Amino acid sequence: MTNRYKTHTHDVLVIGAGGAGLRAAIEASGSGASVGVVCKSLLGKAHTVMAEGGVAASMGNVDDRDNWKVHFADTMRGGQYLNNGQMAYLHAQEAPDRVRELESWGALFDRTKDGRILQRNFGGHKYPRLAHVGDRTGLEMIRTLQDHGIHQGIDFHMEVTVTNLLVEGGRVVGAFAYEREKGRFLLFKSKAIIIATGGIGRAFKVTSNSWEYTGDGHALAYDAGADLQDMEFVQFHPTGMIWPPSVRGILVTEGVRGEGGVLKNSEGERFMFNDVPELYKDQTAKTPEEGWRYVTGDKDANRPPELLTRDHVARKIVKEVKEGRGSPHGGVFLDISWIKEHIKDAESHIKKKLPSMYHQFMELAEVDITKEPMEVGPTTHYMMGGIRVDAESQMSSVDGLFACGECAGGLHGANRLGGNSLSDLLVFGKRAGEFAAKFAKDKSDTPEISDEAVEPLASTALAPVDRTDGENPYKIQQDLQETMQELAGISRSEEDLTTAIGCIDGYSKRADNAHAPGNREYNPGWHTALDLHNLMVVSEALCRSALQRNESRGGHFRSDFPEKSEEGSTYNTVVRKAKDGSMEVERVPVAALTDEMQKIIEEAR
Amino acid sequence: MAEVTFRIWRGEGGNGRFEEYKTEISDGMVVLDAIHDIQAEQALDLAVRWNCKAGKCGSCSAEVNGMPKLMCMTRLSSLDLEQPVTVEPMQAFPHTKDLVTDVSWNYKAMMKIKPFKPRKPDAEDGTWRMQQEDVERVQEFRKCIECFLCQDVCHVLRDHHEHDRFIGPAYMVKTAAYEMHPLDVEDRISDLKNDQGIGFCNITKCCTKVCPEHITITDNAIIPLKERVVDEYYDPLTKLFRIFKSK
Repeated sequence: MTNRYKTHTHDVLVIGAGGAGLRAAIEASGSGASVGVVCKSLLGKAHTVMAEGGVAASMGNVDDRDNWKVHFADTMRGGQYLNNGQMAYLHAQEAPDRVRELESWGALFDRTKDGRILQRNFGGHKYPRLAHVGDRTGLEMIRTLQDHGIHQGIDFHMEVTVTNLLVEGGRVVGAFAYEREKGRFLLFKSKAIIIATGGIGRAFKVTSNSWEYTGDGHALAYDAGADLQDMEFVQFHPTGMIWPPSVRGILVTEGVRGEGGVLKNSEGERFMFNDVPELYKDQTAKTPEEGWRYVTGDKDANRPPELLTRDHVARKIVKEVKEGRGSPHGGVFLDISWIKEHIKDAESHIKKKLPSMYHQFMELAEVDITKEPMEVGPTTHYMMGGIRVDAESQMSSVDGLFACGECAGGLHGANRLGGNSLSDLLVFGKRAGEFAAKFAKDKSDTPEISDEAVEPLASTALAPVDRTDGENPYKIQQDLQETMQELAGISRSEEDLTTAIGCIDGYSKRADNAHAPGNREYNPGWHTALDLHNLMVVSEALCRSALQRNESRGGHFRSDFPEKSEEGSTYNTVVRKAKDGSMEVERVPVAALTDEMQKIIEEAR
Repeated sequence: MAEVTFRIWRGEGGNGRFEEYKTEISDGMVVLDAIHDIQAEQALDLAVRWNCKAGKCGSCSAEVNGMPKLMCMTRLSSLDLEQPVTVEPMQAFPHTKDLVTDVSWNYKAMMKIKPFKPRKPDAEDGTWRMQQEDVERVQEFRKCIECFLCQDVCHVLRDHHEHDRFIGPAYMVKTAAYEMHPLDVEDRISDLKNDQGIGFCNITKCCTKVCPEHITITDNAIIPLKERVVDEYYDPLTKLFRIFKSK
């Protein structure tokens, strides 16, 4: 059957070309499947390039006390035990092999003195665990995957955006998409689909995410009938740039703190020493002096409180600002230049260890970080929640639909440790690719899709350009971002969230009447209008999930329930589309841990 | 706040004209911020490619007042705002729309480079040993964000349109990254001489000047590669040796 729209047929279609998508594509293609990869932008530009600090893998090259069990326990503790234990277990076990594999594909990590891969300290990791390349680890990883992948016979569809998944009889059969340049529609027929679309940062005003991160994969899966979980848990990275206004939100790597950077308020106090959480008391330095010994490799010292988990550090920064001890532009100070008290050649050391941070502050803020402190504040960074998947195979609740990387949920629980996203995308990208290829192999038929099934999707997608009048889609997006920032950000309450849900409902109606002037060729107004639906779905899912969690835990802070509750540790929040089209929220018990996992966690306590 | 005039190239497929837009600017703004404001308020269909807005992805390449730049890293305070700021697409690639060009040729050129091929692992566990100083030389090249500004400014591509015979400075850097990789054992020298046209480069160093990552493209990548080609193909003693060997 020939279709009206240009059609591509693949065994496995990967949506998203960041680290997770590329790793999945490489695996699927390596096991003999024909693979297509849809990239929303050009190949190699995905958000993985922004990852700075490193990839967490317990190779033990710097501290041989490290092993996968410690990594597993750290990840569970960081996620406040809402993680899917089996995912955390596989992740900790497989990460070292995935990193070494990258080296065999050409990645060049920084080295130890004896020539092995160097590892650095990061928040919540007990030992130096992050393999890195200065502060541009993500770029190194995506380039390695890209260079390896392009020679594997994978079809890359660049600047293509999927608007709908096609499901028949409970099984995913294809995807409907448009290509940016000419605005033409494309049809993908596929036996299995892997979603690897990353995050939802554009739902917020202050974010480290680019325009692409509109929750496309979350919304595609939701609309296709898949479950989403843990959507209340958003990571606000504690250190984003805050001045000048145009750079607000751009990430300042945790690597700055890993290299000895300290946080201070306007009174010059290292406020992180006040109020260290119980869970981490035994692992945290008592004095600045001990903290410094830790970052310089003293195995008997505990880590400085700046390296506590991101949720905690972000909240502490907000508290300082609220109580009037903030920096001039409403953040706090992050100082790495102070290490000159301890190191002779501090200036060149900083430039070598944090080259792109030096560059970024010099060029965008005219601040020389080797001489003066940076002003930083929290920025929306990462979605812990995502498509609910099977731990082993990464398959969602829809047959043939897989997910990996940021858009998949489970591994990180209530809070992700820095460095665990790059290892996540390698470990579960590989698994998703492997199992999607297996799934496709078992299906002999190539799915058929009728034009009639697709036609309504085309007319819905065209509505914003076909309309002769309507609302500016950028304005609707901005209004949503303001609302989410204000009411569903780092601190929320029942009242906030109820108001936000009402607002989102209003924005959705306005989005139905958005108008993009101009034609279909490379028209960003149109693309913005089409992304709005996805933003609405993830924003609503976030608010509804947050509304029912009457406690504070990890990335989720409720001003009306500021403490953890006993009950809160027992369930994950799941949302799905009900038969009547409304959003259904359910509490599902946290996946049980095996005796082995229990034992590892107990021993680490 | 001040109002600044921007002259932005609008049009499709090579046909177009500059159009003027006025917008308010504030402290610390970069060219891309102004473009976004204009897009959101005055020209909703203004085509521009961008992603990270932090100088890390290399998507927002354009020519600002005639200079190849990343729009996200070009602060308005570095420009003369008394005059209109001119923003136009890169010139070395076919025009798509407004500020967007068709850069697909670059991805084809990239395919011409033989992939990484490592030597056998050094240790029994399948891993390698490398020294930091050996790694650093190559890390400079691996900073490349594929913004294609060096390709845009290279006269071999921009003025002489030798896209079929020359892969351009960006891929000389990529080749250098493989050739000088401590583990790599592949040979790319004959490709450089033949298919990839290294001889076209006459070392005017324009590429180095525009590189936003400050990679010393000509001195550290292209010249050492040229030397390798010379050693292999133009060394008189080797040539003599080859003549005798072939007899």
